[in-house]
Amino acid sequence: MGSIGKPIDRVDGHLKVTGHATYAAEFTVPDLVHAVLVQSTIAAGRITGFDLAEAKSMPGVLLIITPDNALRLTQAKGVQQAVKAPLLQDRDILFNGQHVAVVVADTLDRALAAAARVRVRYQRDEAVTDMDAMLDQAYVPKSFRNGARPADSRRGDPEAAHDAAFAKLDVTYITPIEHHNPMEPHATIARWQGDKLTVWTSTQGISGAQTTLAGHFGLDPSQVRVICPFVGGGFGCKGNTWPPVTLAAMAAKMTGRPVKLVLTRAQMFTSNGYRPRTVQKLRASAETDGSLQSLRHDGFSLMSQPNLGEFCEPVALSTEFLYACPNVAVSHRLVATNMPLPTYMRAPGEASGMFALESAIDELAAQVRMDPLAFRMRNYAENDAHEGKPYASKALMACYTQGAQAFGWKARGAAPRSMREGNVLIGWGMATATYPTNRQKATVRVRIAADGSVLVQSGTQDLGTGTYTVMSQVAADTLGIPVSRVRFELGDSALPHAPVSGGSSTVPSVAPAVAAACEAAAGKLRDLARSDPHLGWGDLDASALQVREGAVIGPDRRIAIAALLARRGQSFVDATSESGPGDEKKRFSLHAFGSHFVEVRVDADLGEIRVARYVGAFDVGQPLNAKTLRSQLIGGITYGIGMALLEETHVDGETGRIVNANIAEYVVPVHADIPAIETIVVENAESRSNPLGVKGAGELPMVGVAAAIANAVYHATGMRVRKLPIRIEDVLGSA
Amino acid sequence: MSTVSRRGVLGATLTGLALAPQRGQADETTPASPSGTQAPSSPARSAEALDIVLQVNGSAVPLTVEPRTTLLDALREQAQLTGTKKGCDHGSCGACTVHLDGRRVVSCLTLAVRAQGKAITTIEGLAVNGTLHPVQAAFAEQDGFQCGYCTPGQIMSAVALIDEGHTGSDAEIREWMSGNICRCGAYPNIVAAIRGSVQEG
Repeated sequence: MGSIGKPIDRVDGHLKVTGHATYAAEFTVPDLVHAVLVQSTIAAGRITGFDLAEAKSMPGVLLIITPDNALRLTQAKGVQQAVKAPLLQDRDILFNGQHVAVVVADTLDRALAAAARVRVRYQRDEAVTDMDAMLDQAYVPKSFRNGARPADSRRGDPEAAHDAAFAKLDVTYITPIEHHNPMEPHATIARWQGDKLTVWTSTQGISGAQTTLAGHFGLDPSQVRVICPFVGGGFGCKGNTWPPVTLAAMAAKMTGRPVKLVLTRAQMFTSNGYRPRTVQKLRASAETDGSLQSLRHDGFSLMSQPNLGEFCEPVALSTEFLYACPNVAVSHRLVATNMPLPTYMRAPGEASGMFALESAIDELAAQVRMDPLAFRMRNYAENDAHEGKPYASKALMACYTQGAQAFGWKARGAAPRSMREGNVLIGWGMATATYPTNRQKATVRVRIAADGSVLVQSGTQDLGTGTYTVMSQVAADTLGIPVSRVRFELGDSALPHAPVSGGSSTVPSVAPAVAAACEAAAGKLRDLARSDPHLGWGDLDASALQVREGAVIGPDRRIAIAALLARRGQSFVDATSESGPGDEKKRFSLHAFGSHFVEVRVDADLGEIRVARYVGAFDVGQPLNAKTLRSQLIGGITYGIGMALLEETHVDGETGRIVNANIAEYVVPVHADIPAIETIVVENAESRSNPLGVKGAGELPMVGVAAAIANAVYHATGMRVRKLPIRIEDVLGSA
Repeated sequence: MSTVSRRGVLGATLTGLALAPQRGQADETTPASPSGTQAPSSPARSAEALDIVLQVNGSAVPLTVEPRTTLLDALREQAQLTGTKKGCDHGSCGACTVHLDGRRVVSCLTLAVRAQGKAITTIEGLAVNGTLHPVQAAFAEQDGFQCGYCTPGQIMSAVALIDEGHTGSDAEIREWMSGNICRCGAYPNIVAAIRGSVQEG
């Protein structure tokens, strides 16, 4: 009776409901002082000087760091998660809200008060803020997907096929700047002891933070320890090691005191990335029978000034493989502006790109008068034509049929505006979800004590995704013991190395390593038992012995681990195992899949759009915990509802300043926005994706939500909205 | 800005406020004070330490604060009661929700000095002798959270909401919990936890 797949309670749940889970800013470090960032009020130009007299004279102020006195840092070379600037290394201003000074004082109130009195003089240059006007100056990313593949791809002849086809679409979709806004603001406590640096920081990647800080301060990574047992939400914005982490360490070094630096909510809008605005041109065509003839998807993605780094929202990757289509071309371009560096945000590329693709599919289906679900089934891809490989596993058809069944899709009226109830226009929409299954190398240490308890350790992270819980389950099942006998430790760079928690890769990367390390430790116990003369198991094959229920069990009897270890004078056995990708990526196309079905209700007079009903069906391979998995699924759908109807970061064109840099006007879903959500996890037992057959579930469920809702809005109102978020004014007049 | 929603009115008010220099943001439009002269006295300069005693979770907690110190910062930075969370510091997210004399308030918009003489309950004070409050237990069982950062505020709000009697339907629960944002999107599970607590209680 294993625990895998069962809806067991989160092992860290008690800590979280009692307020005793300790987040980065909450560690008690003696002698602590507070740092507050000061940010630029212009978007382009140069600092010409500072007036610091007033700020310096404020009570409790210990230090003000500006580019004039900042420690000179070395660049962390070859570290993917490193962010190069702004680290107060020069006086150039590249975006509004750029860090220009750090104020350190003995209390938080005093640091905040003094920071408000730092005066900065600027030479102001003209700022570029309007991406849409600059599309003709778009450029090819230097290092698309970190150089793993070209920014463009092409098969067949999409132009000729488009020209010859019966039904054609040539439209532009737009997604806005969006901000992650995890509830926990980014926070760091930094402490130096001689040449050793300890930071408690809210991060999705402790190992990246460790190597970045070591690089910046000229240290060996072993001199840097990064601790992060709990992350108050990440969604991508805590993946890189952003400048505030480094600036906190700099302030601690310069003051000789431990320093706490917590971003304000407003600073969260310019300090740790965002989902860039995208303009996506879609040309698609189909024949009268609904067969897709061509897809052309050209994505433009907003960028900062290039010397801050590079991030391109990879919008068109799903277009390459999702449907059986002989003629496909995609491209990705960047447009440089005076905005901060964008970054990964939950399902980067897929969430924004699938809004365009899955809207376009809906538009084509309408043109050929086919049901949108039937149209998708008509163009179902049995193989990945882009990579020329079979899928490791693909249960998308089951997602379609089970989702449709649960939703009652059959009863959908074909025509838009055909399901009116009094003054309410009812619309049913659907869309596909897909997200790649990523896996990286991870290392896990397991220690089985004489009392049968098991300690499992890995330097991974739990963003609320359930890492503590599901890894405990994998260990418990591998060793045949209850979950309560396992303790899983993470969030400390002193533990064995694990990758950044991004790309939904934590479970596919770490879970196989947990299983491997537990197997290795169990193997040591079997060896001990076979070499124990009292047991007479010397001639047995190792496979004849089982380790479970705190004992080694042979064909004739069992011996408790405690007794076995005591006889050998050992108090524990331990093992460390590394597990990483095999050749599965060479052999297979690796993806998770899903389907979304949604009902929206639109007030015919007021244009108010409400999500009334939601069904999502997903293929995530082998589920590890039905309870935490469901939380990820409803959480992703909720994030998608925000994307569809609420979220947009507004930039003032004149100053480049974000005008809604707060969580009241950057509108995210609240309780009243979210209906009951039905989630279905389709069966898909396999072991081709990785040894456990697990696919990540953090990002998949938000992919396609915005399209499903836009398609439902079209079905309700007859209005096709190609720009997110869909607003009241977009559907007004549809009565 | 074209946020047309039920929060539009609030949004308009906050846009006005945003034009003023914000905490931690230097504004070049603010005149620099001439070097060597004293600027008009401000709270920062005239601030004097105040010794106060707060009644937190049934215990007297002596603290030294400034008049501008929020209850939230006093709890987190001085009383080491970090269960109460800072999410926005502007009263928009509800992560800092505590009870003052049984009523739910956002502690980021409550001055510490104004909380004197009131019974303050934080998330740390909800469990009795290690036994979880029924709402805490329901959140754990229903998985009414993921990252856990908004959770103390959600639970404090939920306990007050049940006392207020706003649990007539799921829609009513949702409406009266809408001051507490959960970015992980655990809303359906939170509603289930509250509904379950009411039915059992």
